[in-house]
Amino acid sequence: MTAPLVTLVPPPKIETPFRRLVSEFMESPLAVVGLVVLTIILLVAIFAPLISPQNPYDLAKLDILDSRLQPGSKSMDGMTFWLGTDGQGRDMLSGIFYGLRTSLAVGVFSGICAMMVGMAAGLAAAYFGGRVETLIMRLVDLQLSFPTILIALILLAVLGQGIGKIILALVIVQWAYYARTIRGTALVERRREYVEAAVCLGLSKPRIIFGHILPNCMPPMIVIGTVQVASAIALEATLSFLGIGLPITEPSLGLLIANGFEYLLSGKYWISFFPGIALLVTIVSINLVGDQLRDVLNPRLRK
Amino acid sequence: MTVFMVRRLMQSVVVLLVMSVIVFLGVFAIGNPVDILISPDADQMERERAIKALGLDLPIWEQYFVFLANAARGDLGRSFVFNEPALRLIFERMPATLELAGTAVVMSLVIGIPLGLYAGLRPQAATSKGIMAGSIVGFSLPTFWQGLMLIMVFAVMLGWLPSTGRGQVATFLGIKSSLFTSDGLAHVILPAFNLALGNAALIIRLTRAGVRESLLQDYVKFARAKGLSNQRVVGVHVFKNILIPLVTVIGLEIGGLIAFAVVTESIFAWPGMGKLIIDSINQLDRPVMVAYLMMIVLLFIAINLVVDILYSAIDPRVRLQDVKG
Repeated sequence: MTAPLVTLVPPPKIETPFRRLVSEFMESPLAVVGLVVLTIILLVAIFAPLISPQNPYDLAKLDILDSRLQPGSKSMDGMTFWLGTDGQGRDMLSGIFYGLRTSLAVGVFSGICAMMVGMAAGLAAAYFGGRVETLIMRLVDLQLSFPTILIALILLAVLGQGIGKIILALVIVQWAYYARTIRGTALVERRREYVEAAVCLGLSKPRIIFGHILPNCMPPMIVIGTVQVASAIALEATLSFLGIGLPITEPSLGLLIANGFEYLLSGKYWISFFPGIALLVTIVSINLVGDQLRDVLNPRLRK
Repeated sequence: MTVFMVRRLMQSVVVLLVMSVIVFLGVFAIGNPVDILISPDADQMERERAIKALGLDLPIWEQYFVFLANAARGDLGRSFVFNEPALRLIFERMPATLELAGTAVVMSLVIGIPLGLYAGLRPQAATSKGIMAGSIVGFSLPTFWQGLMLIMVFAVMLGWLPSTGRGQVATFLGIKSSLFTSDGLAHVILPAFNLALGNAALIIRLTRAGVRESLLQDYVKFARAKGLSNQRVVGVHVFKNILIPLVTVIGLEIGGLIAFAVVTESIFAWPGMGKLIIDSINQLDRPVMVAYLMMIVLLFIAINLVVDILYSAIDPRVRLQDVKG
């Protein structure tokens, strides 16, 4: 009897949780700008090979005579280097496009892996409790009491260089943040009535954990995720800058900036300056989006 | 209080031991120092003598116990590269790092608290919005790139400040520091500012959040109703209550500053511990790496303890008891 009643008065626009989130997100113009910029950056990174004026890693295309040209100057064969060239005569704009691709790929991929590891550990801690919980949480505490850069530094010293190794190091550095957050949320969710109901229905443990508790823990994870991806990108750039991150064959923005360091003192600023701007804009736009997401997804601030 | 201290100290010893195992095993896994330290044209006899002299022929667990026994006596091994006690090398470089980190903390407080107070008291003002936007940029800026840009603007373009080294060092009250000479001060400004900027942004945000929260509290309304001057309400009643989160964060951030000094020191060629650790990673100088990490662990434990004690001094509601579990 109740079903027809609902359909009798259809509201003009159904207020779904997702629609509410979108409209609340749009309330901050700064966050919208961040989202737009971030989308553009992502598109640039994905389509870098198609839109770059030059393939910066095809050595045959590079001309040493074009090296260290100022922004806006023309190459030997008439191409314009809008952002100048580096020590090898590489177009900085193309270098930045490819660098963004590497930096974002490493940041996002390690963020996803760290989230999965952290979620598994945090959920296990919250669900099983007892010794498992003590062990996992002590490990988390121990790790969080040390700055990420130090742990990453040591790990890379131990592991050596390479794109896989830096991702591994970033995952090891970051999983603890996810684990701590999801444990806190899961502990609250576990005592909710819907979990009790699921237990009464005789659902299996994995189904309760992954099908019922996990989806309800996602909002804070998304917020932590955005912040952590931004910090993963920054950390990777820092390590690459120090010469213990990505190898030269896979240049990220950090390495591009490091390459410009030696020319900086002679006033050739553009080699370090523009990749840094790209890095900064990326990180700021992720943080702006994350900031607004935190406000929107925070149940305590819900009107 | 005493019980708390004893318990904390015991916990610290356990953490130190665990860390020593992790660090030792981790560092042990890196390459073979023999290949780097002994010239390739040394014959077998020389090689073996050198391996024996460095204690590298023992099984790893035995090496660990030798290390632990020596560590208890304050001997963390000799640097393979400098052939000097690793601990002495670190103590030689430590003042430079602490000086840099200390200056950075002071700088971030001097920049952060006033701006945060302003933004918290006038949340709608355009200046406040500017400050908040600036703070987002402030902690999004990658330290290393920001350092390069500081060098570019203030050292290369304007030529105002030196960009490398520590400058002249003078001794005052038995402490050797470059803060006591004008040349040294000029040298410390850029690296310290570089290190301070991210923290300043954090302090701005914390202060602002604290101010906005406490302005709504009853005790502030009561203080205003009593007719206290605005200065006294903000300076005493509000400020006291935002100190609590500030102390925690500053305490934790001092550790972070010392760690991030690695980056700043490499850019500004500051002769501190951070530069030492990067060099020893590149040269596989195990004893120095182990000693550095153990010193950092000790430092962190000490900082956390001091923060907890300061906490109870600032906030009488906090009692230092051991928490069960």
